[in-house]
Amino acid sequence: MEFRTRDGVAKVLNGVNYHVSAGETLAVLGESGSGKSVTAQTIMGILDMPPAFITKGSIKFRGEDLLTQSAEARRQIRGEGIAMIFQDALSALNPVFTVGFQIEEQLKVRRGMSKADARKRAIELLDQVKIPNAKGRISDYPHQFSGGMRQRAMIAMSLALDPELLIADEPTTALDVTVQAQIMDLLAEIQKERDMGMILITHDLGVVADVADRISVMYAGRIVEHADVYELFRAPGHPYTESLLESLPRVDLRGQELKTIKGLPPSLTNIPPGCPFNPRCPRVFDRCVTEVPAVHDLGMGRTSRCHIAEEVVARG
Amino acid sequence: MGRYVLRRLLQLIPVFLGTTFLIYALVWAIPQDPFAGKCGQRACDPTYIAQMSEKLNLNDPLVIQYFKYLGNLLTGDFGTTFNGVSVGEQIATSWPITLKMGIVALIIEAVIGIIAGVLTGLRKSGFLDNLVLVSTLFLISLPVFVTGFVLRLYLGPQGFDLMDTSVSSDPSIGELILPGFVLGSLSMAYVARLTRSSIVENRRSDYLRTAIAKGQPQSRVVGIHLLRNSLIPVITFLGTDLGSLLGGAIVTEGVFNINGIGGLIFRGISQKEGVMVTGIVTLLVLVYLLMSLLVDLLYAVLDPRIRYE
Repeated sequence: MEFRTRDGVAKVLNGVNYHVSAGETLAVLGESGSGKSVTAQTIMGILDMPPAFITKGSIKFRGEDLLTQSAEARRQIRGEGIAMIFQDALSALNPVFTVGFQIEEQLKVRRGMSKADARKRAIELLDQVKIPNAKGRISDYPHQFSGGMRQRAMIAMSLALDPELLIADEPTTALDVTVQAQIMDLLAEIQKERDMGMILITHDLGVVADVADRISVMYAGRIVEHADVYELFRAPGHPYTESLLESLPRVDLRGQELKTIKGLPPSLTNIPPGCPFNPRCPRVFDRCVTEVPAVHDLGMGRTSRCHIAEEVVARG
Repeated sequence: MGRYVLRRLLQLIPVFLGTTFLIYALVWAIPQDPFAGKCGQRACDPTYIAQMSEKLNLNDPLVIQYFKYLGNLLTGDFGTTFNGVSVGEQIATSWPITLKMGIVALIIEAVIGIIAGVLTGLRKSGFLDNLVLVSTLFLISLPVFVTGFVLRLYLGPQGFDLMDTSVSSDPSIGELILPGFVLGSLSMAYVARLTRSSIVENRRSDYLRTAIAKGQPQSRVVGIHLLRNSLIPVITFLGTDLGSLLGGAIVTEGVFNINGIGGLIFRGISQKEGVMVTGIVTLLVLVYLLMSLLVDLLYAVLDPRIRYE
């Protein structure tokens, strides 16, 4: 997957590989620009092509490769098979239509429901995402909702067609901390109720620890580590994950300087040779600069793209 | 909303008084004998001067004159010209013609401008986009009288004889299409460009990505989600433009010999018929004020984020 721009070809995704089963939550963790949202949008098929080009790979949903399907078939899957919620609900909802209209639209256009039935179902959905007085608020516009309520409304909209997989792209980033927790709880609850698969895209390790079953850590458009959530927090298998965990503020280390990862993520038009993390890696050695690390299988479904993955895990 | 409308209507009163007074003062306070040249080669008969001065309140101070004029205006009396022709009747004949042409122009500029803007906005760059950009630039840089004369000459019997370009004294809609096109051509170019940039901007918006991610059909993504948002600035532009079209009709009416408000005002100015000029300009001011109020209200209907308290 690459973007062909005037500044050169940005190899946005390179060797990204993950899977989600029903009822499972996979967290995709990474810094801004690591390619996590692009992965999600590639799965949804909502990237503008061009400039985006998929050079190779496959996206399998219900056993079929989405990339070989027609545009119309992919559209049918959007919303119904795979639904997506976005980071900033204020800009992601259409400002000139009521929340009710935007939910009912799905039911009417995609399911052929009558106006009255769609309204009834939309109120039920708003109730499910715990919007108080759903009946009264359904005719409100997005700007009349608070931030948290807006995100709930968007969740309700994404659930309208009972999707099997929900992609949540940083669903709580734009919200304050107490509301973040409520939204994450709501998502976890809905997912359990519906036995839905969920891909949670985030840069927030706290959110991940709360709800994810497994984690894929992305760096410079590739997955550098993949692990069960407990295993990853116990003993990270990649120096990047290790640095991320170390950069979390901790109460017991108060007063000490907060560890940060030195340097900046690489430009995707100019990814360094060898391991892309080598300029910032605290454990860097000569092989990292020349040789792209292979995927190391660490057992129990864990993988890491680091030459010394086994050593890193053992030390953690 | 009701209170807002009321407040806006009340605001119209001082604006109306201010603008009409300015017009009245500009027309009547000029240091020139209003009777100069009114009676052919000779000086006017003193009894005629006295009679007309009395009728036009020319012996009163300007402010009193103005209020007397305003009083007559409010009872529907636009006054008479120096020849005793009723200005009200003249306006009543010409007004519908200009209004008709203005509306034809507005429809042409809206339909062509929006279609061109949407098509090019959706497909940025490419032949069509360049064509529209160049042709709108062309229209914007050409003065209306040039567009008017050129089209009239080339489409008419002296040119390629494609259509009858003459306009009768009581023109039908069909006769007004070409003048309407000329009158609306400049705004049409603006509408096309405004629509294009609005579409381009909204096409990249988050809510449009959401609509696509919802799996809504392309026709609804564009026709409902994109257009509804993109046309807000276009419609407000079109609303205020009707006022400008009516005022700008002078040139077009001159080119096509149309017996409308523009011709009337032109003759009024050249023959120093103060009553005529004041009456028509007052009417145009009123139309402009009402249209801008309408646009402001329409804006609140189109964009629910705007609320007037």
